[in-house]
Amino acid sequence: MDFALTDEQRMLDETLTRLVADKVSFEQRRHMLNASKAGADDPLWQSFAELGLLHMPFDESVGGLNGDGTDLMIILQALGRGLVPQPYLFGLVLPGQLLALTASAEQRTRWLDPLLSGEHQLALAWQEVAARYDAKGITTTARREDDHWRLTGQKTLVMNLESAAAILVTAKLDSGKLGLFVVPTDSIGVSGFNYRTMDEQSAGDLTLEDVVLGVEHCLSEDVESALDEVLALGRAGLCAQALGAMESACDQTLEYLKDRKQFGVPLATFQALQHRMVDMHLHLEQSRSMTILAATSLTLDSTDRDYKIAAAKAYCGESARFIAEQAIQLHGAMGMTDECNVASVARHLVMFDHYLGDCDFHLETVSDRIDAA
Amino acid sequence: MNLTFTTEEQRFRAEVREFLADSLPDDIRKRVRLGRHLRADDHLRWQNILSRQGWLAANWPVEHGGPGWGPVQRHIFDEECAAAHAPTVVPFGVNMVAPVIMKFGTAEQQARYLPRILDNQDWWCQGYSEPGAGSDLASLNTRAVREDDHYIVNGQKTWTTLGQHANMLFCLVRTDPAAKKQAGISFLLIDMQTPGITVRPIVTLDGAHEVNEVFLDNVRVPVENRVGEEGQGWTCAKFLLTHERTGIAGLGHAKQALVHLKSLASRIQHRGKPLLEQPSFRQRVVKAEIELMALEVTNLRVIAAARDGGAPGAESSLLKVRGSELRQELSELTRRALGPAAVAFFPEFLYQDEPLDEAYAASAAASAQYFNRRKLSIYGGANEIQKGIVAKTILGM
Repeated sequence: MDFALTDEQRMLDETLTRLVADKVSFEQRRHMLNASKAGADDPLWQSFAELGLLHMPFDESVGGLNGDGTDLMIILQALGRGLVPQPYLFGLVLPGQLLALTASAEQRTRWLDPLLSGEHQLALAWQEVAARYDAKGITTTARREDDHWRLTGQKTLVMNLESAAAILVTAKLDSGKLGLFVVPTDSIGVSGFNYRTMDEQSAGDLTLEDVVLGVEHCLSEDVESALDEVLALGRAGLCAQALGAMESACDQTLEYLKDRKQFGVPLATFQALQHRMVDMHLHLEQSRSMTILAATSLTLDSTDRDYKIAAAKAYCGESARFIAEQAIQLHGAMGMTDECNVASVARHLVMFDHYLGDCDFHLETVSDRIDAA
Repeated sequence: MNLTFTTEEQRFRAEVREFLADSLPDDIRKRVRLGRHLRADDHLRWQNILSRQGWLAANWPVEHGGPGWGPVQRHIFDEECAAAHAPTVVPFGVNMVAPVIMKFGTAEQQARYLPRILDNQDWWCQGYSEPGAGSDLASLNTRAVREDDHYIVNGQKTWTTLGQHANMLFCLVRTDPAAKKQAGISFLLIDMQTPGITVRPIVTLDGAHEVNEVFLDNVRVPVENRVGEEGQGWTCAKFLLTHERTGIAGLGHAKQALVHLKSLASRIQHRGKPLLEQPSFRQRVVKAEIELMALEVTNLRVIAAARDGGAPGAESSLLKVRGSELRQELSELTRRALGPAAVAFFPEFLYQDEPLDEAYAASAAASAQYFNRRKLSIYGGANEIQKGIVAKTILGM
């Protein structure tokens, strides 16, 4: 049992915290969001590449730095604290890990190596409107025809779609199994509808109309367990990112309560507000524990892993919403304004629950396991 | 980071488990399992067994006769004891007054009292709260007036847990009414046999006699029974309270309560199916299970910090608030799970020695325990006081 960071991990944390403080102030962040298209050419993304962050979460065997769950937690927590818009999780970690688990050597050279070196970004399209958060109940199909595959279907909420050089797409095969394909965005029959999410991230819906792909674009004809593994990783990562944002919301709110005066005294002197602030802090610390639990559960067998990570995601989802609502309330009318920094954090904390399965979805997973646990 | 116990720690857990399986008397185990109150003799029998094993004073250093365990081992021990339905060690001597005597007492006081605590010769109780001094403990009014080599003590203490069995009382008294409220307090050790002490039972809303009022009427206490300097009592009291709050999350008890609840709810039938499959009930069980997971990791974080040299601080307030809320929720779910069977009340079975048909015995304690567990958010510094501590010491408000 050990909660201490190694020297390297402490250095990683310090470096990133400094980078985020220097490069992603709230003003700089607004500027980045207004830039038309970011992607791999973005200077901050290139700084990530120089710092080795793009290699960090991957196994040595595919050219990575062997980072573990704790390393990923440190990175995403620091990015979450500054609401850094660069798509580290959705544009790098998730598609990258899925490639690392499924791709052949040639496919890795074509798609994974440039991802790690910062030449391009990718996206993962696993969700469909009718299937909500269920990765398996999808209707997109891929049919093998002679020397190629033909894909048809619609994907929703594809994060980082706009900046991706290619999209990893899940599809049902004739075998009944789930397949995985790498689809270049310029393939004939591929169209996208891009939008901003409520919490200012870039996403889009993807339509595949008789998209014909060579066999070298098929990554797996049975991707279910690899996809589960990657979604678990994504959920643990999201918890860490939300934890950073929860820290930011709590810090900003506490500072506001100490600064803002009404009735001639700082708001922080009112007991009703102190107890609300303490409740936020309790939620924050319990979420930190659950994020640690998620980060250290990635290497467990899949049943145990999914149970613990579902518990963590459900817990953090509810805590994040609680903290967001309290932060808005305690900032009074200021918290309702778009220019108030805490409002951006609150938007992310509420919408976080919708990414990779919400509280209800994950409570179900835990519920299915409580008899055995 | 990792959450796993070392091989050595796992071996220790197995050793504790084996000891509990071999040494905990069946009748005591059964009383605890059914939620029946323990008699003084039940406590003593079990504590003597622990004492012989050298495990009674789990928090003590080796030089005073403790096992020299670290925070991790103490945590494992507590968890295994709760899982095995072992009685909780009566804390007032071994875990509360003893650390104060070790820290602030004279060599004579240590030599006199510590061995007697270690072999259960003294039963200590606590004289802290008063009718007018609860959360605001420092406003206590019990007066001690110096007369030569004695203090003459007058006043009233309350909520004195298991005082009916005790022969020794540690007591906060006001020695200097002119001083600032914290500065005028001293810490006295009082023999309950001294003339002028009356113990009167308080029956709580669960029908139990657990706490008492203690009246002190011209009680003569030798000056040598004062721990620390005159006026240093508040320092002793605060030191003791930090000890009281460690382990106060009651994690082992919460785990045990959840296991019990799940087994109950899978046996009880609701419309032809186990109650645990009823969606709204199951949802609450799931949430309790997740809260317990979070609390467990938070607890391990605090334990690891203590192991690595940190002192238990305001984090224990956090554990106390969330731990008490969770245990209260579990007692609520257990009562609800039993449905109509939770309504009948058998105080003679729970608190005395009357037998009861097996069919009633298993569910007899649920509602009484629900009411009893309300104390968890009140004692040891009410949860609102704990939030005040967090606001002040962690958040600087």
